[in-house]
Amino acid sequence: MSLLETSKLTKYFGDTHAVDKVDFSIGEGEVVSLIGSNGAGKTSLVNLISGLLTPDSGTIVFRGMDVTHESVYGRIRAGIARSFQIVNLFDELTVLDNVALSIFSRELKTRFFWKLADHDHPIWQEAHDILQQFGLEPKSSVLAGGISQGERKLLDVAVAYALKPKLLFLDEPTSGVSTREKAPIMDIISSIVRSQGITAVVIEHDMDIIFKYSDRIVVMHQGVVLASGRPEEIRQNEAVKDAVFGPTHA
Amino acid sequence: MDILVVHLFNALLYASVLFLIAGGLSLIYGVMRIVNLAHGNLFAIGAFATASAVGQWFAGSTSGWLFLLLPTGAIVAALIGAVLEPTLLRPFYRRPEEYQLLVTFGLLYILEDVMRFIWGPYPVSASVLFEKAGSLHVGEFVYPRYNLFVIAVGGLAALFLWAFIYRTKFGVVLRATSQDMRRASALGINVNLVYVEAFTIGCFMAGLAGAVIVPSQSAVLGMGVDALVLSFIVVVIGGLGSLEGALVGALIVGVIREIGITVFPEIELAVLYLIAAGVLFIRPAGLFGRTA
Amino acid sequence: MSGLSPSPELASAPAASAPAPFRRRSPVKVALWAIPITVILIAVPWVVDEYQTILLAYGLAMAIAVLGFNLLLGYTGLLSFGHAAFFGVGAYAVAFMVKYFHVESMELFLLAAIVASGVVTVIFGYVCVRYTRIFFSILALALSQVLWSLAYKFFWVTGGTDGLRVPTPKLLGFGPAEGEGKIHFLTHRYYYYVLVVFVICVAVMWLVVHSPFGKALQAIRDNETRAQFVGVRIRAYRFMAFLISGIFTGISGALWVPLNGLTTPEILTWQFSGEFVFMAVLGGFRNFTGPIVGALVFNYLKTYAVGFTVYWQALLGVVLVFLVVVLPTGIVGSIQLLWARARRRISR
Repeated sequence: MSLLETSKLTKYFGDTHAVDKVDFSIGEGEVVSLIGSNGAGKTSLVNLISGLLTPDSGTIVFRGMDVTHESVYGRIRAGIARSFQIVNLFDELTVLDNVALSIFSRELKTRFFWKLADHDHPIWQEAHDILQQFGLEPKSSVLAGGISQGERKLLDVAVAYALKPKLLFLDEPTSGVSTREKAPIMDIISSIVRSQGITAVVIEHDMDIIFKYSDRIVVMHQGVVLASGRPEEIRQNEAVKDAVFGPTHA
Repeated sequence: MDILVVHLFNALLYASVLFLIAGGLSLIYGVMRIVNLAHGNLFAIGAFATASAVGQWFAGSTSGWLFLLLPTGAIVAALIGAVLEPTLLRPFYRRPEEYQLLVTFGLLYILEDVMRFIWGPYPVSASVLFEKAGSLHVGEFVYPRYNLFVIAVGGLAALFLWAFIYRTKFGVVLRATSQDMRRASALGINVNLVYVEAFTIGCFMAGLAGAVIVPSQSAVLGMGVDALVLSFIVVVIGGLGSLEGALVGALIVGVIREIGITVFPEIELAVLYLIAAGVLFIRPAGLFGRTA
Repeated sequence: MSGLSPSPELASAPAASAPAPFRRRSPVKVALWAIPITVILIAVPWVVDEYQTILLAYGLAMAIAVLGFNLLLGYTGLLSFGHAAFFGVGAYAVAFMVKYFHVESMELFLLAAIVASGVVTVIFGYVCVRYTRIFFSILALALSQVLWSLAYKFFWVTGGTDGLRVPTPKLLGFGPAEGEGKIHFLTHRYYYYVLVVFVICVAVMWLVVHSPFGKALQAIRDNETRAQFVGVRIRAYRFMAFLISGIFTGISGALWVPLNGLTTPEILTWQFSGEFVFMAVLGGFRNFTGPIVGALVFNYLKTYAVGFTVYWQALLGVVLVFLVVVLPTGIVGSIQLLWARARRRISR
């Protein structure tokens, strides 16, 4: 049984089909790249599954549960998490706090207003460990607003990862970062995701990264899924090449 | 039957004034995305200024001349707006919203005391115009003609604004700036000029509301904040940033209030809040509002 | 590097690249400040004249309200222009206890204030926390105006503009001693009572703000969307913060009214709500101690301003604008910035 399955998922913006009767599924442990030109519907699809948007029709089934009309909170609790293309962090909290908050939330401890946060040592230990994995440990007491862009992208992913989700959506984790930094960032993310067996869907534009890190590639174009398959297959696919890469691709 | 006509006129009267104030607030927000907490005080200043002009300085003149002086309040409010925007508000557009609210809240205190300083703590009236206009008969009832004049002003203002915004070149510029400030600027529009003009118009409308209502109802300290609260209810119902919303909202509030004070005078404000809360539950952006 | 460091400030790390608005202090550092200040506050009635002591008592009572207010502004990012409502409800609850139930016990006064302000907060909060920023702020203002107009209109219940008198209460069952004047009672027993409640409230708020809940609030303040996607239920948490905030302010009102002897609708006005805003901005709303400092300083400023000119509200407005333009971090925030700058200069 697949971890996530959407069936005829549709979302209109005015007259445009941002997402048009999409059937999208993903199996446990897969790392899938979601690609397509701008406006193809990738972010909308992720927004629909993560709960930022409500679909006009269609269903989303996650681990056997129908989450189509579930609140964001419900989906987080069910095990879906995401990072954001435009980095979304708690800028006035430290890097450590950003990650620790996810853990407190995951453990349902954020409602405690009568206990000191500092006293929950296991959580702070785990937060430090996660930062270590992401290479952000040296910056743990710096405010999130004060670290470099590459570090912010990593932190954005770390905050989502700290929720220990079953399904992790990464929205352009290397966008806005210099070419030099892209591979190291993706290396870190990929190794963590794989070592923990987390199922991930990555929206990306950089072809090299996509072909290097994905188990499967799903191509979207104008709201529909054009093709889905292993990197080698997609590379050969002429229709995909025309639609997505266009004449400028070598 | 006639009593219904009287109630209708009262509702329209209230709606006219509210439309002017709330419309000004909405216009400013629509173009500049700021809420001026002192907006109600511009309404109050409009009322005081006109009351002074009509009721004090030129008292005893012919009613024709007095009518001409009516817009004094609107002009004063517009001038104040034209001075305030570049000096006090512009530095805050880039800062977090709390600071905008804090600055305009400080302005609220300042303007309230400015009014106390200039006009003293007692109400100022211009009832001479109200009396001169006389009254007409609605069936067995006698209704002040002046109120009908106010309703006409409100209606004309709505028409004029609509034409201005949708039929003039400046209106196009205004709409462009409100939809996408950066793009408008890239097209060569002087955004700063548009901002000060929009703000001035908004303040003019508030001042006009005060100017036009003061013969019917004296200018009194505290009317500014009451107006702010009421116009807030209007924009909540109608949607912040929309003139149609301000019109519809004002009409709804006018009618509800008229029904409310006839049935149970004490809780009129509470009924309005209930309506506002109800609308918010169904449509959080208001009937015509935008969520941006 | 120890993985068990509760204060990351002490951990490795190069210095923060920007001055941290919220500095986490270890308990030792906190005690270093808190103990001397508490000692000073205890000594006040013996060292200073009666007028000053009562003024300070007013300040301490107000500080509780501003602490509550700032839980919303500084930590949750919600600016309320309607906190006079909760203060007034607390004060009027006390007055009603006196008028209708002939109660004299301060403890019952506090209980009544907590319950009353709790109820009002629940009602207001339910509506207000659905919205943010401008809508929240004006909605809070509007609802408190409703309360004010009710106090005005139902004058046969609330005493209207004349207000309701409140005599000195019995503290823990004890009234003034044989032959003890009212002033002495206020400057000694009542002052210490206020001081104790103040210390308790400060401790409770400190706990709330440093709890996981407090962190969640700050996350909501910084990035509502992300907080949602980390699994924090925005509305519920805002509501809880609102509730705590309102109750603190209600307690403040209850402590204030015996000092004043009288409660009037004036404490339900928007001008009065603005004073809480002012105090928080004056002291610095991005610090824990800012509201306390702001309340105490404002207390003195207002007393002198009112004596100076009839137009003291305009003065208040001008100073507020000045603060927002020039000193947005308030007194405590500015001191922290200067201190951080000095430390960096020294360490070079």
